[in-house]
Amino acid sequence: VSILIGPDTRLVVQGITGREGEFHSRAMQAYGTPIVAGVTPGKGGQTALDGSVPVYDTVAESVREHGANTCCIFVPAAGAPDAVLEAAAAGIATIFCITEGIPALDMVPVVEAVARAGARLIGPNCPGATSPGSAKVGIIPGSIHREGRVGVVSRSGTLTYEAVQAMTDAGVGQSTCVGIGGDPIIGTTFLDVLQLFAADPGTDAVVLIGEIGGAAEETAAAWAGEHLTDVPRVAFIAGRTAPEGKRMGHAGAIISGGAGTAASKVAALEAAGFRVAGSPTELPALLRDAGYGG
Amino acid sequence: VKIQEADAKSLLVAQGLPVPEWAVADSVADARAAAERFLAAGAGAVVIKAQVLVGGRGKAGGVKLAGSADEAERVAAAILGMDIKGIQVRKVLVAPAADIVREYYMAAVLDRAARRILLMGSAEGGVEIEQVAAGHPEAIVRRHADPMLGLLDFQAREFAFAMGLGGQLKTAVAIAKGLVRTMLANDADLVEINPLAIVREQAPDGAVVERLVCLDAKVTLDDSALPRHPGLEALRDPDEEDPADREAREAGLTFIKLDGTIGCMVNGAGLAMTTMDLVKRAGGEPANFLDIGGGARADRVAAAMRIILADPKVTAILVNIFGGITRGDEVARGLIEARAQQARDVPMIVRIVGTNAAEAAALLEEARFTTADSLDEAAAKAVAASRDVAA
Repeated sequence: VSILIGPDTRLVVQGITGREGEFHSRAMQAYGTPIVAGVTPGKGGQTALDGSVPVYDTVAESVREHGANTCCIFVPAAGAPDAVLEAAAAGIATIFCITEGIPALDMVPVVEAVARAGARLIGPNCPGATSPGSAKVGIIPGSIHREGRVGVVSRSGTLTYEAVQAMTDAGVGQSTCVGIGGDPIIGTTFLDVLQLFAADPGTDAVVLIGEIGGAAEETAAAWAGEHLTDVPRVAFIAGRTAPEGKRMGHAGAIISGGAGTAASKVAALEAAGFRVAGSPTELPALLRDAGYGG
Repeated sequence: VKIQEADAKSLLVAQGLPVPEWAVADSVADARAAAERFLAAGAGAVVIKAQVLVGGRGKAGGVKLAGSADEAERVAAAILGMDIKGIQVRKVLVAPAADIVREYYMAAVLDRAARRILLMGSAEGGVEIEQVAAGHPEAIVRRHADPMLGLLDFQAREFAFAMGLGGQLKTAVAIAKGLVRTMLANDADLVEINPLAIVREQAPDGAVVERLVCLDAKVTLDDSALPRHPGLEALRDPDEEDPADREAREAGLTFIKLDGTIGCMVNGAGLAMTTMDLVKRAGGEPANFLDIGGGARADRVAAAMRIILADPKVTAILVNIFGGITRGDEVARGLIEARAQQARDVPMIVRIVGTNAAEAAALLEEARFTTADSLDEAAAKAVAASRDVAA
């Protein structure tokens, strides 16, 4: 009834004793996510979150002692690629890397190593994911969600919150919301997430929230046009007014050599049967236009 | 960060790539002296190139040949101080003019879709690669470096042969591998040589030889990696950075100036772009992209307001905050503080939702700010306010 995270999630938080790590771990725990362990090298044996979560020196111990299968990384950029590799080596299946500002070339060998280990990396520079009603991993505010059957995938953070809030306000609930991250090199793409939603019996419709830069939206659209013909699908693309050659905040959000424009993405999505919203607030109405009845 | 040609060439030389010698001059006298030196050493002419980061300097008259020291002085005097797309030329590069036999293109870039370093080459050098890609995509040779091992020798050989550089195999392989090495050593997003050229040179014994050399270089650095390359941070050209951009960067904000009249202050890059788009959709023109980042506090909000108001074209400001890590009341306090200090009175429309939105609403109401519930409403109000000012 969800993808990536759900009732079977057993979460270990890397960097749980840091300021960000602790703050967001509390919110994840309050949402009902089972946090089985935290990892901070050198702080093994301590506890976090008011004594409720044991802290280990290594991810491998959290897997051995508690069967952790999912991790959330709040380690600073200099150590984050190593944290991803440690998680993959320890046998963690689903790795969320929230960390922002990792040099892009650091991620090239890391995504390859994660793939070879048979694990999945979401991010870096991503807000995480929520499967409303069962688990939330990352920094997305839990309050914006409502349980339901629409899958949401986005490259952005606060823009996702805006879109999800608009859906929730209109009574449209979500199966899982996934933020894949705004960096140039990321572990999980729009296409990967659409494929997971396509195989999920709990997802009846999809919302794709993209932005300028790269061609990942176009690639996902081409696949969806062939394989999601029965699934109501809507999209929003940010950056119609973005100038060429300027990096719009996200390291990956740049139009270069005329490629990666909003117009190209909107055209590809429309050609693949997506209804493309002019504002995030229009998404729920467009879902209903597309035949979603939930 | 883009860096100047001369700095990019230095990075190539540091990795052992063949780059003909050059000099950088910031005065006519220095340019003349450099030209005299190259001419005395046997160069038939020198090329003088404006050092600016904007493209199209050749078309703008920023690249010229000179056959004598006097001519070099005249050319340098014309180029130094010249305005190229709004940038004043402060430095020129002087180099012996090459006797070009054939031009090529070679570059290493980050391929986002493949998640690898991509080496691209073409036997059609000297023109923009985008033009080649559009006109003759088959003329572009591509090879991905191994994600773990880098560019392997056999890949570099295959690449060189496919580019038609079999006659210069050893150098071509060294350059291909050197591009990837330059990229990795400096955390570059792009290392481009255009043109890479076979040039005719006179050897010390008088014989004419052909050599493969890098005649131009363009390098773009990954901003995220600059903290671990303090030497490269120094290559950021302060003359070509807008003062507002610098203030924003130093305050931890991401700011990009645009041409419109409605200033935007938003948390999050995707939402900031969306806010600009909705201003446009409501009939206005955004004056800027501004992301205050996650968890922004009052002082960062005040800095953002100063930067927006420094643009005299701004006639209304739209603040859009979706609180997650960012607390709405912190932003509201920053706005109240900023308005108390601001030099000119510009209408401000504020929308704050999410974390501590209720506290923010109370503060804003007390301070008599114009607020909005939805993003669409906020954009419409900002556009209307801007029109009232203009009327």
